[in-house]
Amino acid sequence: MLPRELEQEIAEMVRETDHVEEKIIDVIYLLQRHFGYFSDEAMGHAARLTGKTLVELEELATFYDFIYREPLGRFVIHVCDGVTCWMHHENGLFDYLCRKLGVEVGETTADGLFTVLPTACLGNCHNAPAMLVNGEHYGRLTPEKVDRILDNLRENADTIPLCLCR
Amino acid sequence: MSEQVLFKNRRVDCRPASLADYRAGGGYEALTKAVRTMTPDEVIKVVMDSGLRGRGGAGFPTGRKWSFVRKDAPHPRYIQCNTDEMEPGTFKDRILVNTDPHLVIEGIVLCGYAVQADHGVFFIRPSYDADARLLERELEVAREAGLLGKNILGSDFSFDIDVHRSAGRYICGESSAQANAIMGKRPNPDKNSHMTDSGLWGLPTVVNNVETLASVPSILRNGVEWFQTLAASPTGDGTKLYSVSGEVAEPGCFELPGGTRLGDIIFGAAGGMLPGAEFKTCLPGGTSTSFVAREHLETPMDFDSMKKAGLSLGTGSVIVFDKNTCLVQATINILAYFARESCGWCTPCREGIPYMKHILERIEAGEAGERDVELLQRVADGMEHAYCGFAPGAAMPVHGLLKHFRDEVREHLDGRGCPFVGEGVAKPGLWTSLDRDETVPDEADSEGRDG
Repeated sequence: MLPRELEQEIAEMVRETDHVEEKIIDVIYLLQRHFGYFSDEAMGHAARLTGKTLVELEELATFYDFIYREPLGRFVIHVCDGVTCWMHHENGLFDYLCRKLGVEVGETTADGLFTVLPTACLGNCHNAPAMLVNGEHYGRLTPEKVDRILDNLRENADTIPLCLCR
Repeated sequence: MSEQVLFKNRRVDCRPASLADYRAGGGYEALTKAVRTMTPDEVIKVVMDSGLRGRGGAGFPTGRKWSFVRKDAPHPRYIQCNTDEMEPGTFKDRILVNTDPHLVIEGIVLCGYAVQADHGVFFIRPSYDADARLLERELEVAREAGLLGKNILGSDFSFDIDVHRSAGRYICGESSAQANAIMGKRPNPDKNSHMTDSGLWGLPTVVNNVETLASVPSILRNGVEWFQTLAASPTGDGTKLYSVSGEVAEPGCFELPGGTRLGDIIFGAAGGMLPGAEFKTCLPGGTSTSFVAREHLETPMDFDSMKKAGLSLGTGSVIVFDKNTCLVQATINILAYFARESCGWCTPCREGIPYMKHILERIEAGEAGERDVELLQRVADGMEHAYCGFAPGAAMPVHGLLKHFRDEVREHLDGRGCPFVGEGVAKPGLWTSLDRDETVPDEADSEGRDG
């Protein structure tokens, strides 16, 4: 069962559009944010609400970077590995984050708060090395800056709302 | 500073210009003029006469593209504003949207008027979610002001714009792949149909880059002659946003006369090299362009001059490399990016890009010989047979590497391995301290808007 408000929000979104296909990604994002990832259950709801088949949805879900078919942390840390960030020591940023959080790239911390992922260029090259967390851009990162960002997210984890494109 | 047209309303505190800010500088005057006094064909003619060329990378004449929409074409017609911008080194559109959202909105509406479109789609990548929210807010502001929606400014022209959030993949920047993405299909490119005949939902669709559309309002307001005086070179239409990143002192996005010399962009606007760094080469237009030789610093950065020099302008995003950076490693990084982002639909791209990366990794490790370099060249040449422009773009840095830096590649061969590894050679990978001053305020970072 979905919460009534979410069910209604999606149903309305589908009803109002001329082309349900145009709204599939938005529907997936809403369900993904609710379930924490695009789980089988979430996909079932997406199929029911949009009239699409599971195969059609899986085809999209496995193609895109920002749709997750595996569980991950509340905050996904997208670390840019584009060539400019690479020359500004993105390797070191990965190492530092992983050591600090006690995970490998792609893993989630034991408290379920953070997942570290590599990502396509974030469009913040003038502030390399850069990362994106919960829709916020962070750049010119230093170990101290990373510490401050993680502390802030950890302390306010319960109150920070999650953005749609997490 | 040369005339700022696109960045006219850029503020020190990075706050995006409001509707009032934009209007105070003449914003929406072009739209008013167009819907009240000009026919759609007259708008197209002005854009065509101006010589404005698409800023997404291909440089196709904008007015000509618009003229391809047949007068008797069916409705609804669509405008697709491409804000995908995922090529490493490229960040101009994010800054433009965050500087002056209404400039971009006015550009889309003008394009809509010119081809008598009904609907605009702002296609935006997921990592620009803050920009998507900003645009949704400002579109509502425009609607309330009668600049968008039914009977714009009291005319009989009606047009509205939606924000479409992508779920991310570089291939979505290709116009037909982008149309597939919007239509909820797997975003493979489709080269069989012309977008202006059969794009979104099988209907006429014009696809333009953010920067291209943002250039239109000032052309209509100030005229073709004014526009042509902006450029630094005979074919450098208008002003151009150049984003500079890498080992330079002041990386950023700069609005300069179109056709500004490459060297002036790096050593002028971007403040030259970082202390301790020495220029080796750059990718002049993003990662799908070629490494350049030193003499190319003299080349004007416009579509025709770059082409004449055997290069391409791409997105005008200059990525600068230091002499101690191994270009084999840099190319491996770039190919890893392209391999990951390929849609995998056609064989040259799916197999060829990882294969080039594999050969380069063997070169880097000292496990390759001269024949492997020839093989790399052959595979890179083969990329032109791919279905869309993605693979030929991915091969460009490889072509540049083999053309201008073959000696550096050769230093790796026959068991020698990377000459840039070892004591006394500063190379990327050691994240000890930041090698530049922090000049960007924290608040700007955390609000997701900067520059």
